[in-house]
Amino acid sequence: MRIRRRTAALAAALLTSVLAVAGCGSTKDNGTAANAGKPNANGPVTLNVRLFGTFGYKEAGLFDAYHKAHPNVTVNYSSIEQEQNYFPVLQQNLNAAKGQIDVAGIEVGRIADVTQNLSAKFTDLKALGAASEEGNFYPWKWKAATTRDGKVVGLGTDIGPIAIAYRTDLFKQAGLPANRDELAKRWTSWDAFLAMGEQYKARMGTKSAFVDTASGLYNTILGGSVKQYYDESGNPVYDSNPAVRQAWDTAVKAIRSGLTGKVKQFDDAWNKGFASGSFATVGAPSWMIGYIKGQAGDAGSGKWDIVPGPNAANWGGSYLAIPKNSQHPNEAYELVKWLTAAPQQVTLFKKGGNFPSNSVAAADPAVSGYAEPYFNNAPTGKIFGEVAAKLPVAIVGPKDGTIKDMISNGLLSIETQGKSPDEAWQATLKNIKNAIGS
Amino acid sequence: MVATQRDVRPTTPPGPGAAQHGRRGPRTVGSGLAPYTFVAPFFLVFGAFGLFPLIYTAWVSLHKVDFGNPEKMQWVGLKNYSTLLHSEFFWNALKNTFTIGVISTVPQLAVALGLAHLLNYRLRGRTFFRIAMLMPYATSVAAATLVFVGLFGRDFGFVNWVLGLVGVHHIDWEAGRWTSQIAVSTIVTWRWTGYNALIYLAAMQSISADLYESAAIDGASRWQQFRHVTVPSLRPTILFTVIISTIGATQLFGEPLLFGGISGHTGGASRQYQTLGVLLYDEGWYNYKLGYAAAVAWTMFVIIVIAVLVNAALARGRRGSRT
Repeated sequence: MRIRRRTAALAAALLTSVLAVAGCGSTKDNGTAANAGKPNANGPVTLNVRLFGTFGYKEAGLFDAYHKAHPNVTVNYSSIEQEQNYFPVLQQNLNAAKGQIDVAGIEVGRIADVTQNLSAKFTDLKALGAASEEGNFYPWKWKAATTRDGKVVGLGTDIGPIAIAYRTDLFKQAGLPANRDELAKRWTSWDAFLAMGEQYKARMGTKSAFVDTASGLYNTILGGSVKQYYDESGNPVYDSNPAVRQAWDTAVKAIRSGLTGKVKQFDDAWNKGFASGSFATVGAPSWMIGYIKGQAGDAGSGKWDIVPGPNAANWGGSYLAIPKNSQHPNEAYELVKWLTAAPQQVTLFKKGGNFPSNSVAAADPAVSGYAEPYFNNAPTGKIFGEVAAKLPVAIVGPKDGTIKDMISNGLLSIETQGKSPDEAWQATLKNIKNAIGS
Repeated sequence: MVATQRDVRPTTPPGPGAAQHGRRGPRTVGSGLAPYTFVAPFFLVFGAFGLFPLIYTAWVSLHKVDFGNPEKMQWVGLKNYSTLLHSEFFWNALKNTFTIGVISTVPQLAVALGLAHLLNYRLRGRTFFRIAMLMPYATSVAAATLVFVGLFGRDFGFVNWVLGLVGVHHIDWEAGRWTSQIAVSTIVTWRWTGYNALIYLAAMQSISADLYESAAIDGASRWQQFRHVTVPSLRPTILFTVIISTIGATQLFGEPLLFGGISGHTGGASRQYQTLGVLLYDEGWYNYKLGYAAAVAWTMFVIIVIAVLVNAALARGRRGSRT
């Protein structure tokens, strides 16, 4: 009797522990046969949409609108604020057997990495019918998401043509012209821009900086070049490209003259700066309009205006892609097609300022005729449209984002840590080699 | 005494030896198996989630593995380790880990000892003090760090405001090497002081009052009693907290990563507060070099083992020298 009870206890303990271990295992063994390829035309479907930052879909009510039009589809949406935290999570999910993500956002800084290295993990949208969409998008936007063998990994959401957003009240306080046409005439070069900054500093002292950050200025300048960190053959040229060096030197000049705000973009201090006026200008892509409105709040309404800078540049813009391991690729594609269609992109422009990558939407009078009350009734659609028309077809490389971050750190070390520009440049080169080298 | 030592080691797993110690049953194979089965659940789970990842990480560290395509592992032998040892970023991270470790551990344990001594007296409301002291430990690392980031802000932070009242202006805590390390150490100290104080307090309460009485009769002052009665009796406890703190300091990750916001993964613009844990994350999850990150992980493990052995040897040495 004693032995049997003990044996039973032994068996129970062993069984429990084995089950506990097995239960925590991955679902790799289950296989995808049960769920792959089921058309499920009318059964209820939940699509998991995973994005980063603020795409604006939820805020503009687009998911609800889609659900109303397609009652069997429910969108389960979540977003990770920082893209650099989002992308590793996405990559981990791409390797799971049964994917949890049906629609994934891909930032333009990553799209080269996706088309060159990760295309096998995403569904070819051409196979789902995307070929008919090609004519709707700016050609360079479409091309960036196409792999060498013609697979299309994503449909474009928005683009980020940059214009200079500035505080009219601070400009007036500093005795500078605040009229956007006047500034457009004056800001013909970055030297002219910085010369006005010197005038600003002379009046405002350390109360307020002319430019928000050195790295923001640097990125706006470099964005005007076709060749940035990679050349046509895909070789990294960040260390030899004179355009990079020139942008760096101009940013260093701004730091040396004390014109920069010494904060990091998207950090807490930078966010607060919109409301507190610690900087007067910021190179703002169209998607930042909504961001500025949020950070500066109601008190800032009418105090801002916007004007094109000395060169056209693009910052950001994304794509919507469908991971290969999604369990509802067809429904996901319908959603993606709808979200990137012209009417929805027009809505997003009106609600959040995201400039369409859909050229049909960009030509829509609702976009080109739009005046933004928060920005002193500036014709933002027309301004960004003009910048977008002048955008260079920049060569994108797989590690653009990383190189950009390392250079931003280098500039910040000059700004806030007193490093000499040469020291900072050498340290930046070391950091980049470490990050993208073997 | 042995019972006290066991009591102050909450996380040590019961080893198989403990079960055999007091058994009085027949030493047959059948009944001898029972204790092993009862500890089996822990060891099976440990084997799956502790031992296997440990060994697999060592295996990964011998390969070049890209985060985007982790199934493609390319054998490189010990190249990751040699790159590591020649990398100035590794040595920088090691140095930072050491300095942050010292700044966060030494004052913290001293303060904890003092606090425990004070709480050992029959204060009114001492239960409230004990609970209040432990509350920082119960907060989440992320939430606490984000609050401290605000406190240490350059332009609008509370710390700078207080310092401004005494004439010290606008310290950029995050940008400087020592200032950022002090700030990160402050977050760690805030969290762990109460925890260690309670451990010391528990050990102090088992010190016999007779020792204090005889010391008082011999004419020892309060401070001398503390030095010659309390601290020596607490030696095993102090050793335990030093070992745990060393392990924690070597692994420090959450606080420096979140302290830096966007550039947290590089530990600041010049890696001024990048610890080994943050370097691991940076190389693996930002630079996509998982093999190299695995090498960093195993190097951290070896460092911790060496540190613990040194601690234990020092403790044994001192015990041996006492007559």
